[in-house]
Amino acid sequence: MGRTLSEKVWDEHVVRSAPGEPDLLYIDLHLIHEVTSPQAFDGLRLAGRAVRRPDLTLATEDHNVPTLDWDKPIADPVSRTQVETLRRNAEEFGVRLHSLGDVEQGIVHIIGPQLGLTQPGMTIVCGDSHTSTHGAFGAIAFGIGTSEVEHVLATQTLMQARPRTMAVTVNGSLPAGVTAKDLVLTLIAHTGTGGGQGYIVEYRGPAIEELSMEARMTICNMSIEWGAKAGLVAPDQTTFDYIKGRPQAPTGDDWDAAVTHWKTLLTDEDAVFDKEIVLDASEMTPFVTWGTNPGQGVQLSASVPHPEDFEDEGDKVAAQKALEYMGLEAGTPLREVKVDTVFVGSCTNGRIEDLRAAAEVLKGRHVASDTRLLVVPGSVRVRLQAESEGLDVVFKEAGGEWRGAGCSMCLGMNPDQLQPGERSASTSNRNFEGRQGKGGRTHLVSPLVAAATAVSGTLASPADLPPLG
Amino acid sequence: MEKFTTHTGTGLPLRRSNVDTDQIIPAVYLKRVTRTGFEDGLFAAWRKDPHFVINQPAYDGATVLVAGPDFGTGSSREHAVWALMDYGFKVVISSRFADIFRGNSGKAGLVAAQVTQDVVEQLWKLVETDPTTQIIVDLQERTIQADALTAPFEIDDYTRWRLLEGLDDIGITLSHEEDVTAYESRRPAWKPVTS
Repeated sequence: MGRTLSEKVWDEHVVRSAPGEPDLLYIDLHLIHEVTSPQAFDGLRLAGRAVRRPDLTLATEDHNVPTLDWDKPIADPVSRTQVETLRRNAEEFGVRLHSLGDVEQGIVHIIGPQLGLTQPGMTIVCGDSHTSTHGAFGAIAFGIGTSEVEHVLATQTLMQARPRTMAVTVNGSLPAGVTAKDLVLTLIAHTGTGGGQGYIVEYRGPAIEELSMEARMTICNMSIEWGAKAGLVAPDQTTFDYIKGRPQAPTGDDWDAAVTHWKTLLTDEDAVFDKEIVLDASEMTPFVTWGTNPGQGVQLSASVPHPEDFEDEGDKVAAQKALEYMGLEAGTPLREVKVDTVFVGSCTNGRIEDLRAAAEVLKGRHVASDTRLLVVPGSVRVRLQAESEGLDVVFKEAGGEWRGAGCSMCLGMNPDQLQPGERSASTSNRNFEGRQGKGGRTHLVSPLVAAATAVSGTLASPADLPPLG
Repeated sequence: MEKFTTHTGTGLPLRRSNVDTDQIIPAVYLKRVTRTGFEDGLFAAWRKDPHFVINQPAYDGATVLVAGPDFGTGSSREHAVWALMDYGFKVVISSRFADIFRGNSGKAGLVAAQVTQDVVEQLWKLVETDPTTQIIVDLQERTIQADALTAPFEIDDYTRWRLLEGLDDIGITLSHEEDVTAYESRRPAWKPVTS
């Protein structure tokens, strides 16, 4: 019987396998940031261990860093200590680090692909659940905890039980104005936050094949939001074209050898997935969340649901609690929900295509008078590219703020936070209670919906805006 | 890691589904570089509500958290496990755990015991009726016992073995170092490096 893509990649990385034990998997790339690594390096020091493969390890600073005044010392002493701890650890253990101020600094999941380090058929881990992003290249990529970070640092391997396999087949084509973000939010509303637990998911079908690499990254990024171990897309010409010429991409004969191998990374015709979900992209529309987990979402054209709409008793209670927290009344059309802050950025939607999409909507328009727009590029390279295209000018002329690279308002760990009760439309990945700042209320949206919402002041898609005169 | 065989303690009923790791410990508490002392961040936002179950004196000293489905979703932060353990929890019982949380629990020594939702409901009733109810979690037998209730729980064989023996994963892997070195000698030369 044939094998699925993820089974092929898994098999290629098994160092040791024994009955009754998890497989010992080799890790091709270990990405590190300041938040989940300090205790792991401490563990190495305590045991007198070294980093086995510093040459397969890369660190950056992203979660804690400010997106203003990045040329000055970090103001918050606790954040500063954590970042300085990473710098000391990288120095001591010989790990390449892209610090704040470095041209390659940025969100860990933006810089891997950007440098060409993320390639098909790899195993990639990081102490961050959005590591699933790298699956867009046909890699098995997943988030790990700090104990596992220490394990990878010490051994370049991980013990992992083999997950089951799932196919998410997306037929048709996304209509104009509907994005990869809408697709994945639609999927998560369909499966719930636990639907993918225990599975590595392959996103496939015509709608996925049509997507750019950046759009595929958006989808794989949110695999964890429906509980999947990892999500991946089979590599194709789109993938190879994206990688070619990047700083760490193979060259010459190595390139040819790599591509020859990458072309074998397809699910065999006769392979069987343990489960399959089939969706039709052509029916999808702009999608937003109304609740406090990424599965609580509906079409933008819909209204806030009633808790009684849910059959399951647990879902009813969860919906009731979510509406209370979100300050929403059941039955309110989502297009009437007023938004205080719009955030465009994060490892989900902080790449150049996302910024171009937002700028296209904002060009010649202005942000609503009592709404704030924050645009945060995912990396320094993305910032410089956007500035070379004049996108920063578009954002600033529209009344938005243009910032430096980092995780920013995706999570309440740096100065960019919502105030209690403040409502956001955010291109990030999590609408959990307090995620963007204590008491903050988050609606997850695509970059197009974010930009249109900034202009309208209420949740909106570009089609809802008056045409430019 | 300490060996875990059987634990007996009182339960805390957390009647919520989808308890994500941002709720277990918000990001602001993750700025520390130490591995202990995270108990003050546990359920930090919910704890501000005096009615939140953890604030009820009847549940002081509870060591077994009984939670709704999809516990530990979201962020990979192992700090969520550390916060639960630092607060005094030894076991979390739920009908569904997020994968990363479950893995982190096994590494840090917290038992994530998976039962059917029906068992969770029975435990909730028992500990809400009598908060002094003793819950016995037997890892050897993989059973939970409380009052007249005895129910099996799921935990994978390997994690169970490691917890029973109190073993350190890195030590186990380093005993297979020859396999790792042999694998490295087979890796294609075109695979990327960071240096």
